[in-house]
Amino acid sequence: MATKNFFTSSVGRKIIVGLTGLFLISFLVVHLLINSFILVDLVNPNDNGATFNEAAHFMSHNWLIRVVEIGLFAGLIAHIAMTVKLTIENKKKRPVQYAVFDGKANSKWYARSMAILGSILLMFLAVHLSQFWWPTKEALYITHADENSFEMVKATLTNPINLAIYVVGVVALGYHLLHGFQSAFQSLGLNHKKYTPIIKTIGTVFAIAVPAGFAFIALSVFLGLVQ
Amino acid sequence: MEHYNMNLTLKVWRQKNTKEKGHFETYNVKGISSEMSFLEMFDVLNEDLVHENKEPIAFDHDCREGICGMCSMYINGRPHGPWNATTTCQLHMRAFKDGETITVEPWRAQAFPVIKDLVVDRSAFDRIIQAGGYISVNTGVTVDANATPISKVNADKAFSTAACIGCGACVAACKNSSAMLFTSAKISQLALLPQGEPERHKRALDMVHQMDEEGFGSCTNTGACEAVCPKEITLESIARMNREFLSASVVSED
Repeated sequence: MATKNFFTSSVGRKIIVGLTGLFLISFLVVHLLINSFILVDLVNPNDNGATFNEAAHFMSHNWLIRVVEIGLFAGLIAHIAMTVKLTIENKKKRPVQYAVFDGKANSKWYARSMAILGSILLMFLAVHLSQFWWPTKEALYITHADENSFEMVKATLTNPINLAIYVVGVVALGYHLLHGFQSAFQSLGLNHKKYTPIIKTIGTVFAIAVPAGFAFIALSVFLGLVQ
Repeated sequence: MEHYNMNLTLKVWRQKNTKEKGHFETYNVKGISSEMSFLEMFDVLNEDLVHENKEPIAFDHDCREGICGMCSMYINGRPHGPWNATTTCQLHMRAFKDGETITVEPWRAQAFPVIKDLVVDRSAFDRIIQAGGYISVNTGVTVDANATPISKVNADKAFSTAACIGCGACVAACKNSSAMLFTSAKISQLALLPQGEPERHKRALDMVHQMDEEGFGSCTNTGACEAVCPKEITLESIARMNREFLSASVVSED
């Protein structure tokens, strides 16, 4: 009998997708927390982004965060590599398509569109990293310029095109999470009469609240509510 | 419910054999009673075709009372048609209105090749069961009834997963043609019982392996399978299989 490798089996691979997904979800919490320091200016007008800059400075200089950042990229790559491979393989499993397909009768559109939502997210991520992550690295390691993360965020997000890209990104994130959050638990085998409804509720709240939080902060910057 | 007769337009997939490319044929059926089952409507159509010296439409059927798992029509974009928890043979024509057009296709999956018209080869399911969906017991003196205590909760859960008739609607509905609902039901019905305990790990590994070998896709938890399952097997079953497989993979010495 051929190899029964966990990592090549259909069940094993979806467990990896779920685990990496949950890891990436945990990162979102940290990201939103750091971003929320931008809003300190709303309650303390003299802040001028100082709290946010301090937090950003900590995130870019702490050695433990640096190590976790490498892990984060590894998790992201694993999640993408695994899902791309699975999507391509799954597509081949139905060589002749149905003439009539009533998708909405049996499942939610965003659950069937995780690959499309994920692709939108990946494109957004490329733009997002080039706009916010790379300039910080450049200042830190290449130009050794003074970094002012808050000014950089302001300069980028006051541009309506950049704001629009940002909003599209977080909406795609919301739908991706709406399925992904509870789906990860199911893949790990965690389905229980008592806990699954709780997980699903938390997942829905998370999928709405977190992207809404990101969008709210971005809008606050765009509208000049924080200076 | 009031009885009525209806005239219908049927678009049915015709395919001579596995190798030939199939196509849709359109048929008009008249005077169909709302009390007929969907398969009886096909019997009427086939009788007409025979009278016209045409090849009748091949379709799978056996018990016609919803328990054998043979009938397998994909009706208007949904396995077994519009009713929940119903097999095609138990779908009645009162689900349709006079003048409606109904499209009927075979299950579509690489692992379920079309044999003829609406008949597909589902022997991949048999091979998954052969890989581990059994318990090994010595024959001999009959064991006393109730000698092995089983909790009521587990007995009920094992029973409801054992209700799987292996029709393949889960595969037909899944966008990935995944057989995980079927395989997990067959793993669950034994994993929940003490009789299944000795071969528990080997069973999970072997059946999942065979499922992959047969060319079924992997699960993305859309839930389409449980929505169309005529026996209402749930995703809880797939989660159990994932747990079984994970723990078996960890402890396995292979």
